[in-house]
Amino acid sequence: MTSADFSTVLPEMVLAISAMLGLMAGVYGGKDRLTPVMTWVFAGLMLFLALWIGFGGSGARTAFGGMFIEDPFARFAKVTILASAAAVLLLGQEYMQRRDLGRFEFPILVALSVTGMMMMVSAGDLIALYMGLELQSLALYVVASLRRDSVKSTEAGMKYFVLGALSSGLLLYGASLVYGFAGTTLFSGILATVNEGVPLGLLFGLVFMLSGLAFKVSAAPFHMWTPDVYEGSPTPVTAFFSTAPKVAAIALIARTVHDAFGGIPMDWRQVLAALAVASMFLGSVAAIGQRDIKRLMAYSSIGHMGYALVGLAAGTAAGVQAMLLYMAIYVTMNVGTFAFILSMEKDGRPVTSIDSLNMFAKREPLKALAVLVLMFSLAGVPPFIGFFAKFYILKAAVSAGMAWLAVLTVLAAVIGAYYYMRIVYYMYFGKDGEPVESRMGGVQWTMLMAAAAINVLGVINMFGLEPLAALAAETLVR
Amino acid sequence: MSVADVAFYCFAVPAVFAALMVVTQRNMVHAVLWLILVFLSSAGMFVLLGAEFVAMLLVIVYVGAVAVLFLFVVMMLDVDFEALKSEMVRYVPVAALIGIVILLQLSMGIGAWVTAEGAPAMRQAVTPDPSQIENSRALGLLIYDKYLYLFQTAGLILLVAMVGAILLTLRERRDVKRQNVLAQMWRDPAKAMELKDVKPGQGL
Repeated sequence: MTSADFSTVLPEMVLAISAMLGLMAGVYGGKDRLTPVMTWVFAGLMLFLALWIGFGGSGARTAFGGMFIEDPFARFAKVTILASAAAVLLLGQEYMQRRDLGRFEFPILVALSVTGMMMMVSAGDLIALYMGLELQSLALYVVASLRRDSVKSTEAGMKYFVLGALSSGLLLYGASLVYGFAGTTLFSGILATVNEGVPLGLLFGLVFMLSGLAFKVSAAPFHMWTPDVYEGSPTPVTAFFSTAPKVAAIALIARTVHDAFGGIPMDWRQVLAALAVASMFLGSVAAIGQRDIKRLMAYSSIGHMGYALVGLAAGTAAGVQAMLLYMAIYVTMNVGTFAFILSMEKDGRPVTSIDSLNMFAKREPLKALAVLVLMFSLAGVPPFIGFFAKFYILKAAVSAGMAWLAVLTVLAAVIGAYYYMRIVYYMYFGKDGEPVESRMGGVQWTMLMAAAAINVLGVINMFGLEPLAALAAETLVR
Repeated sequence: MSVADVAFYCFAVPAVFAALMVVTQRNMVHAVLWLILVFLSSAGMFVLLGAEFVAMLLVIVYVGAVAVLFLFVVMMLDVDFEALKSEMVRYVPVAALIGIVILLQLSMGIGAWVTAEGAPAMRQAVTPDPSQIENSRALGLLIYDKYLYLFQTAGLILLVAMVGAILLTLRERRDVKRQNVLAQMWRDPAKAMELKDVKPGQGL
């Protein structure tokens, strides 16, 4: 333990300590009156940390005896996590205030959860992995039931908590089996011991760990909690669930399989491929019957996690690069979509039913156009950036010799396109009726339009993300 | 059988028996009392292992604080466990089937258990040599030095748990009168009472 160790984890320390200071300010200061200020402060801090990590760091270094890894891969994931968490915090601020949910603990819990996510993507040890994951999830369980006088919200929190505890149990059991075999919890140590000829016990450990992690990214068949939790949680919380935690969890899967089990790729590639296929098809097919846009986004996120897992299942640097690009693009699309969902209102009450979108284009053509761009991009229709996200995934799968997986991916994407198109159809050609109102503050409007613009303009050069993702992937896959 | 073996069984048998009683007792208070016996027996086994510091912690923290807290909670909560159980009975056959299948699979995995070469040595390498260093000092070296990062993260997790518990349960009631001690003490006696001279037949 030296000062170099602490300077490596400085961004995490800054965020955690500011969360504690915020807690003090909230308790002894103005309580919930401070919420708007605190939301802006924490969002600003996260953006600052994103810039600091993005531009400040270089090379790869480890801290605390290899338990914490700071490398281009971790930096890419951290910047995505921090930026999306900041965007979502600002997005939901007005909604929370108006629905009487403006508790000052919310931005603090989000900040602590983001600290956990940053620890996850930097984990270099089984215990560090679990600790980061638990810090992240525990804060998420709490914010899921933020609207504590609503049955649905408390049910969402309870369900998430119980199933999350179960998945943590699976993960821990798997980790203990891996430790039992390798004799060390350090990823580098596991990588050195685990090579050819995998014994059955280790394989069990690997599969248990992947199952626990698959729960956190809501990959089928571990997706059961997702629709209920997405529907029951307050909408800003749902927006948060569908962005930063997903990036952190899938980056953690990538970190685990490559850093610890890089010597036995065939054993985890097939597991990830199975998860990917199940998620893609479940996400596409089950979403068709949904009438609630929050539930729809839940199935959409299940499907998108499937596509991202296809990249990981390829097991190559190109696959990890595709996964990172996919997550960055997915987060952008989701921030824009939720900016719109948060503004949907009827007679001053929030509505989330898809039918209420009928003929929305007549009322607000510009917003409808932005949502159209986002929906096309989510579906993966060519001129938009969502298509290129899927394209990289397919390219990685094919070049890794998994053409069958690429074919299934295309098939699932075609099925999934239906329900995104249906939203657009309702907005432009739906039945006549009283369309939903869209009451937006400046922040939400800016985010919606910015997300739509990014989805159109990003096709030019992806804002230079591609070489960064490639660099990140190369440091992970050796 | 050496003395240590006899001592081990003296602690192990009660521990397993009491653990069984914890999960089978109908009366929750009895279950908590059996749980205390589990903790005490485990503490005995820690002493046999030479980890007297952990043994004392187990007695002080778990028996002294946690179990007592459990007792309070159990006595205060009025949960009808019979109703919960009757709901569970419906799922027992399926649950038992899945449990047996998983058990069989796991026993296959454990049956074919092997460890990597050098794994025992690596496991030993982490802990300081107990013959050189007393065990509370060894614990300190591990927790506050080698694993400081994890220790602090655990602290953060507990902080989140605390914030969450307060956020989800604390209710500020505005419909009750609260006592403000300072306001009572700072009250000026001269202003507390006002004497009025009421003339007969006029009132105030």
